[in-house]
Amino acid sequence: MTLNSREVIASRVAKELHDGDLVNLGIGLPTLVANFIPDEIEIILQSENGMIGMGRSPEEGFEDPDLFNAGGQPVTVKQGGAFFDSSLSLGIIRGGHVDLTVLGALEVDQHGNLASWSIPGVFSPGVGGSMDLVVGAKKVIVATAHTNKSGASKILKQCKLPLTAAGKVNVIVTELAVFEVKEDGLYLKELQPGVTLAEVKDKTEAEFTISKQLLAEIQV
Amino acid sequence: MLKPIINAKDAVKHVEDGAVIMFGGFLNAAETLVDALVEANVKNLTIISNDTCYENTGVGKLIKNKQVKKAITCHIGTNPETQRQMNAGELEVEIVPMGTLVEKVRAGGTGLGGVLTPTGLGTKIAERKQIIEVNGQSFIVEPALKADIAFIQASICDKKGNLFHKGTTRNWNPIMAMAAETVIVETDSLVEVGHLDPETVHTPNIFIDYIVCKEGSKIS
Repeated sequence: MTLNSREVIASRVAKELHDGDLVNLGIGLPTLVANFIPDEIEIILQSENGMIGMGRSPEEGFEDPDLFNAGGQPVTVKQGGAFFDSSLSLGIIRGGHVDLTVLGALEVDQHGNLASWSIPGVFSPGVGGSMDLVVGAKKVIVATAHTNKSGASKILKQCKLPLTAAGKVNVIVTELAVFEVKEDGLYLKELQPGVTLAEVKDKTEAEFTISKQLLAEIQV
Repeated sequence: MLKPIINAKDAVKHVEDGAVIMFGGFLNAAETLVDALVEANVKNLTIISNDTCYENTGVGKLIKNKQVKKAITCHIGTNPETQRQMNAGELEVEIVPMGTLVEKVRAGGTGLGGVLTPTGLGTKIAERKQIIEVNGQSFIVEPALKADIAFIQASICDKKGNLFHKGTTRNWNPIMAMAAETVIVETDSLVEVGHLDPETVHTPNIFIDYIVCKEGSKIS
């Protein structure tokens, strides 16, 4: 099966999941991660609108109008799932009970800053639960295309758009590479299959260090 | 005490020009009550809700009909008309992170002056807000929110006003039921007292002032 670039990102993010993790997937590209969860592990999906144990989309004709995800799409609930109100739901998120969240980005930078909610005057969807997620989740993964529609890098030295949170991103996964944000800066950990270091350097505005492991792999 | 069962037209007589209204729901609102509000055409409303629904559903209808002066919400991405009016300066939109908004409402209903949250630190959300340090950690001070009236939703309501919310429809309803002077529930189904097991009540009857049956609802 050949994966498109969004699926390349989603399938790589899925490798960050561990058995038993409580996970919240943002709307859009992050939602695709659910399609790549390995069969041998069990993940508990949380949805801001008030559930854990979210299951797959229902088959046509079996939609329940009282059971949907944070994007308003019909979903199912797995055995052992639970429903709750918005205070408890966001309390789970802000309170540090979510192991991992995956969010999209307009911009992300080498300091772990994320901008994902507003291009002033142009596009202003608001923040939803994203600000709570980046503050509260134990691990924050940004899943994004490496460049925007005009070909400019989305991985910057410094975000210019309004921030979703400052310094909270841990991992950035794109169709070209995987980066880790550490105290002392951004590290290039992996190249996606078939991608060269030269291409990543060319398409990344942020300054980054090549991890020792990757350097060793490239030099072999 | 049994609660008055009234029609939507009479229910919205409790809403005056300039009122502050909370709407329970997630990408939806009490549709029969919203339709009556559109009919009544009260203006200059401040609405507090998770989102502004879609252009032709829920509170989106109030925005389209230019009845809303200010929206306090976490997400307007599903309603282009909200964004248009905001960018044109016709509608004031205050974006509040979901977890912060729900706790502001909860504080309003539970006698607290507000809440301390780390969500939004280092972002536009924190601008012009009081930041305090507690136990060596910084928090934004977010004052409580109250409303003149709350329009909430239930799947099942008994004639005393005890509520059951099915699936993911619990969301904001039990929280907002505590934070408004007058609370009107729109229910999918109305049952006799005793038909709702106390073990299954999500929102206790004491908060409910009036009951409205959703158009096409079941009365048993």
